Amino acid sequence: MADDILRIRTPIGIDYTWSSGPGSVVYMRGLENGKLIGRRCPACELVYFPPRNGICPRCGVLLAAEVEVGPRGTITTFCVVNVPFLGQTIKIPYVAATILLDGADIGMQHLIQECEAADVRMGMRVEPVWKDKSEWTPSLENIRYYKPTGEPDADFDVYARHL
Amino acid sequence: MRDVAIVAYIEGQNTSATTLSPVEMIVPVVHEILNRANVQRSDIDFWCHGSCDYMTGQPFSFVSAVDALGAWPPIMESHVEMDGAWALYEAWVKIQTGEANTALVFGNGKSSAGDMNRALTLQLDPYVVAPLWPGFRSLEAMGARAAIDAGTVTERQMADVVSRSLRDAADNPNVLAYGYRDADELLDEPMTANPLRAHDCPAMADGVAAIIMTTADRALEMCDRPAWIRGIDHRIDFQNLGLRDLSRSNSAALASYHAGVTKDKVDVAELHATYSHHEIILAQSMGIDRSTTRMMPSGGALVANPLMAAGLARFGQAARQIFKGNADRAVAHAAQGACLQQNIVAVLEGN
Amino acid sequence: MALHRCAVVGVGQTHHTSCRGDVSIAGLVREAVDRALLDANMTLADIDAIVIGKAPDMLEGVMMPELWLTDSLAASGKPLFRVHTAGSVGGSTAIVAAQHVMSGLHKRVLTIAFEKQSDGNAMWALSVPLPFSMPVHAGAGGYFSPIVRSYIRRSGAPSHIGAMVAVKDRTNALKNPYAHLHEDHWTLEKAMESPMLWDPIRFVETCPSSDGAIALVLASEDVADKMPGKKAWVHSTAMRSEPTMFAGRNQVSPRAGEMCAEDVFHKAGITDPLKQIDAVEMYVPFSWFEPMWLENLGFAPKDQGWRFVEDGVTEMTGALPVNASGGVLSSNPIGASGMLRFGEAALQVMGKAGEHQIEGARTALGHAYGGGSQFFAMWVVGSEKN
Repeated sequence: MADDILRIRTPIGIDYTWSSGPGSVVYMRGLENGKLIGRRCPACELVYFPPRNGICPRCGVLLAAEVEVGPRGTITTFCVVNVPFLGQTIKIPYVAATILLDGADIGMQHLIQECEAADVRMGMRVEPVWKDKSEWTPSLENIRYYKPTGEPDADFDVYARHL
Repeated sequence: MRDVAIVAYIEGQNTSATTLSPVEMIVPVVHEILNRANVQRSDIDFWCHGSCDYMTGQPFSFVSAVDALGAWPPIMESHVEMDGAWALYEAWVKIQTGEANTALVFGNGKSSAGDMNRALTLQLDPYVVAPLWPGFRSLEAMGARAAIDAGTVTERQMADVVSRSLRDAADNPNVLAYGYRDADELLDEPMTANPLRAHDCPAMADGVAAIIMTTADRALEMCDRPAWIRGIDHRIDFQNLGLRDLSRSNSAALASYHAGVTKDKVDVAELHATYSHHEIILAQSMGIDRSTTRMMPSGGALVANPLMAAGLARFGQAARQIFKGNADRAVAHAAQGACLQQNIVAVLEGN
Repeated sequence: MALHRCAVVGVGQTHHTSCRGDVSIAGLVREAVDRALLDANMTLADIDAIVIGKAPDMLEGVMMPELWLTDSLAASGKPLFRVHTAGSVGGSTAIVAAQHVMSGLHKRVLTIAFEKQSDGNAMWALSVPLPFSMPVHAGAGGYFSPIVRSYIRRSGAPSHIGAMVAVKDRTNALKNPYAHLHEDHWTLEKAMESPMLWDPIRFVETCPSSDGAIALVLASEDVADKMPGKKAWVHSTAMRSEPTMFAGRNQVSPRAGEMCAEDVFHKAGITDPLKQIDAVEMYVPFSWFEPMWLENLGFAPKDQGWRFVEDGVTEMTGALPVNASGGVLSSNPIGASGMLRFGEAALQVMGKAGEHQIEGARTALGHAYGGGSQFFAMWVVGSEKN
């Protein structure tokens, strides 16, 4: 009966072409070759990794010099994810951390594994575990996850201004 | 009302499919327009941006545009999910409150990122019309058919509009459709969406348009001949095509009346006519005499239509005619929605 | 200081809930609009202009839905304007609408914000994966939880503060018939046992997903003066933005928020916000943001916001009641949440907040934020003209 109809499903599909933009090419080519390439802002001289859009958002200018960063870094802060959600490809619980790579001035997001979630700490030193070279693409997904290095934790003062 | 003028206009390179990210498209335009007006970022009291998430396929796509502005220290800024021309309107209102004097407004879009004929259909009633995916071009063809049947537009007039636009495009390096053809040649072309031929439809583009506007005390510092906004107004019509007479545009007529278009002679009009018949419908509805007014000297949206920037570009192009002294009184117009549903009109004057 | 005065003369909202399957998007919007117009003793014909806001169009799958809503709002022939500034949009929309009056342009402006999350899939719409990036995020909670952890580390706040805020807001919501969540069983002890979803954020400390709408009728001074009912005078508005991420950015207490607060208080002539503000409607989608915003807005000294919570300052009976309505933690129709804060602040100074009325509230702050804590919108409203 028509008056029973309260809801209909109308799936929407549109395909989009996504451009990373030339500002990210150096970074992505670096990843393809197992290197972490950031770029320095010519105005504030800080190093961005990833160099999103090749722009320093604070100064509004194009980033310049290429700078190899990492591979090790420091966890500045993190989240233990216990909630499943659509499209999630990682088993819960997992730790999503903000990692300040050595030589970079801004943290980036990645996974922490080979360590209990409860043992992850702010200031913990970590290093990347890469996928097999044959699987490398121009993506940060080439790094499977980060794992603790066993080095002593960084002092809070060292990364406090990155929170 | 405070006197406000457009003092600078810059458009980015219109391309058919850029590989730049939206932020990379905006950065050089912002730099260039600040230079053009000879001002610093700190001189801008208010920034306003127009864009649309469905053009990039990403929610909150406008957020990254803030990266392009060098928004540090933090800025007074806003965003409209509308053509950049309405960002200009928000900035004009803000200046009228007295809380800002100088504003930079911009609109940007990457029409090439997805199938816009399909995406624009999502503007329609989501329960009973959009699921049919009518295609935006088909709706515009219905509008053209209604105007032809009502006797307000002829196919010959449409071809004349296209022919003139192609001729003017030769003088504009920033267009995507060019190559002059006369009306007879154009009328020999096949229909693509009867009664529309391919050339009656806009040349879709990826692009950015930016404008700086300011009050009387600074306008002459930034521009030799500012384009004073003497009237501005925007109006909307019902969306349902069955509730409208598609052979005219009530909202364009109302906006034109409130902006004061017919109070004096119009030297130049830059109308956001994305389909050839739009120009004829708009001119009739707005009270613009196409035989005495120079129509779209830039070539208009038919030869370069960067969605979400093309309307603001009409404001910029109209202002340019004042800057250059080609016109003393110009009309700028932008539209959005199917069949000229929503319209904004401004009258710009050099004196 | 704007050139013309503006007052809120009508407030209307829907009952917020997880799925309003009985109405269309247009029906939901009209419900709020009709209530606001009734409150202002006006009809749609009296309205000069309409300003609409909502969060991303992809939440419902309607592109620029105001174009379609024109029909159900009988807006043909009127100016209709659409704002979108991420999570702060409800607040920004009310501000843009107020400026239509404060500029002297219009006398009666209707402003609307809505979200019908059940018509789409918000978790999908907010987490569209980008090529070549690492998909580690898990919605808004995944984004904000590390920032909360930073706050806790910096301020030394004890773990129960987030739970205290949650219990307060859920308890306040019991006094608000429009709130989505009406849960009368929360105690601090039970809240502390709530599972960690995005550690350090517990389930109880997160907001629900709601369908809902709110509308305000704004009027110029001459129009408002002739109206017998109570009104809320807009003393000041302010907006500030900064980039999502840049080297050295303070994500816990963004500078844009501090500047926005300084501006909105300055323009309203407020020199001691803690003393002069009687009620705050603050955008708190995760409970820990209450102490964080108390500091950001200048109510509490740095690293001391949590002490206000612990001492009950922000309870309905405290010196600075925050979210007497139950706040975002009790109702979150995303695009409408900011305007709900602005509207609830207005209801407080109009003396029309019903059971959740703060006795004698004369000056109130409405606050909204969005994006990566980067877009801020605020207004101060008062029972008297400024």
